[in-house]
Amino acid sequence: MTAMITIEGMTKVYTMGEFEVHALRGVNVTINSGEFVAIMGPSGSGKSTLMNMIGCLDTPTAGRYQLDGIEVASLNDNDLSAVRARKLGFVFQQYMLLPRQTALANVEMPMVYRGIPASERKRRATVALELVGMGNRLDHRPNELSGGQQQRVAIARALAGSPSVILADEPTGALDSTTSEEIMLTLQQLNREQGLTIIIVTHEADIAAYADRIVTIRDGVVLHDRKNEAHHGVE
Amino acid sequence: MALNNSKRQILAPVTESKSNGLEYGELLRVSMDSLMANKLRTFLTMLGVIIGVASVVSLMTLGNGASNAITNQFSSLGTNNLTILPGRPNRGGPPGQIGVQPLTMTDVKTIRVLKLPINGPVPNFTNQATLSAAAAEKSGQVLGTTAEYKDVNTIVMASGSFFSEGNVQSASQVVVLGSNLKTFLFGSGEAVGESIRINSMNVRVVGVMEAKGGNPFGSVDDQALVPITLAQSRLFAGRSTSGELRVSNITVAVKNTEDIPFVEERLKMALRDARKLNADGTDDDFQVLNQASFLTSLTQVTSLLTTFLAAVAGISLLVGGIGIMNIMLVSVTERTREIGLRRAVGAQSKDILLQFMIEAMVLSMLGGITGVIVGSILPIILTITKIFEAPVTLSSVIISLTVSLATGLFFGIWPARNAARLNPIQALRHE
Repeated sequence: MTAMITIEGMTKVYTMGEFEVHALRGVNVTINSGEFVAIMGPSGSGKSTLMNMIGCLDTPTAGRYQLDGIEVASLNDNDLSAVRARKLGFVFQQYMLLPRQTALANVEMPMVYRGIPASERKRRATVALELVGMGNRLDHRPNELSGGQQQRVAIARALAGSPSVILADEPTGALDSTTSEEIMLTLQQLNREQGLTIIIVTHEADIAAYADRIVTIRDGVVLHDRKNEAHHGVE
Repeated sequence: MALNNSKRQILAPVTESKSNGLEYGELLRVSMDSLMANKLRTFLTMLGVIIGVASVVSLMTLGNGASNAITNQFSSLGTNNLTILPGRPNRGGPPGQIGVQPLTMTDVKTIRVLKLPINGPVPNFTNQATLSAAAAEKSGQVLGTTAEYKDVNTIVMASGSFFSEGNVQSASQVVVLGSNLKTFLFGSGEAVGESIRINSMNVRVVGVMEAKGGNPFGSVDDQALVPITLAQSRLFAGRSTSGELRVSNITVAVKNTEDIPFVEERLKMALRDARKLNADGTDDDFQVLNQASFLTSLTQVTSLLTTFLAAVAGISLLVGGIGIMNIMLVSVTERTREIGLRRAVGAQSKDILLQFMIEAMVLSMLGGITGVIVGSILPIILTITKIFEAPVTLSSVIISLTVSLATGLFFGIWPARNAARLNPIQALRHE
């Protein structure tokens, strides 16, 4: 097992006017390649801040963050963009698809910023959409798709560039329970069958239950970090 | 819900190309997509630039056309001509014509004996008279002159011929008609050989001149030209109070343009001497009108006017640019989440900047090109229908397109910077 993510003594302090908000107070987490991890915690726990750090959208005040061999903590804005483009795939609660573009164009979009040629983008996007069961909806626009289908397109977008980690922020937050289950099973199968490293951030215990490992954050530190006993889905 | 198990193989890792970032073609496509998504808004935004550029192009073109028309008209009258008029040069001193000796045939002789490198001098003696033919009658200007008038003023005959030096010697009762006057008196019929009456005197038409257009002293097209001797002795009161034969003005055509200043000076000196005036010109009671310098100042006025009009039109282009900035700012705000998404998936700050800059420049360039087309319609119609020669110049097109591109750049940069500086985390959460 190789470490995909190594976080050591990570702190984050936001200055809001006269106040200092300690969002992270020394987080230590290691996530191995091929793991399916849920990060849990109530709002205000610091889990969103941690997600932003793992997602290379922000840099820590102190501590170390290594992603797939890259020391991220000291990178500048341009290098962070490059790391996001190459190493990470994002799945958002609100899907965040470009409304006027087809499913295919949406999945291709991130690869545009890596200078991947158009033909290769199209091939990868098509394979990714087929992987999530959307192979027959390539030319549909978001308004022609259900919420669950839109989130599948978003998952395809995250994985098409073969990232090191897929980071899903409340991926089922906007979906009903049946569709939520389908989406979580999809992620689970991508993890099992394709060996993708997947991190989901959620505040719902039944969603976290699809993961193999649950990291609970509270008050800016890791409260629990344990294997998931009550496992949902297929074993 | 089962995954498509036939796609077992994981997507192979991307072979990274050396060049990070995207080509301009991709950016252009992204910009066009978003412009096409809201066609009405895109069109209305461009309308400001279209109107601005169209006004600049059409005003510059029409202004240049007017300038050219004036220049051509004056060139056809002979820009090497100097005209001597009675009256004090306008530089203060005693006003009006008080104490001014009229120009006379003596002055003509004075000039003739100088043997200057000129054609002429041609004396002109103008009077109002009633001109009548069988079918029509009008009050018009009768110009008494000599046979040299034809060459000095580069007159082209439409029919017949100009009266001869012999006609002038013998004060023949002959007349040459301007084209407008001929049409008024005879319509489309033949005039040469017919008679007209000037006041009560019968004169025979010997020639009709081609149309020539206006000059500062009225158009020759409306005049009747007779031998000056006839005008002075029999048609009008040709004698001054001192008994000399009066003339209204004297024209000379300088053979070489370079000689104009020298000839002008010699004329002045000779006339001052003959008329017993101060040699330094302080009490001149005549003036020499230089058509070349008149033309120069006239062109200066028209080009100043053109520049002024184009500047006014430029203000509407400025307003168009502000329209672009306005809509780009709205667009950046509306698409904050899209910007956040693009940043999250790996777009660099400069990719976002370029995307919005290109969008603003596409708006302004499309507006500029459309504006050039719209602005050229009126000048082209006028030119084709021969109402007015106003060819669209390459310079006005280049200036307009450059200015509209610069407008897009200038007014696009602020909204684009706003977009590029958005924090990805906050942009993603934007509602």
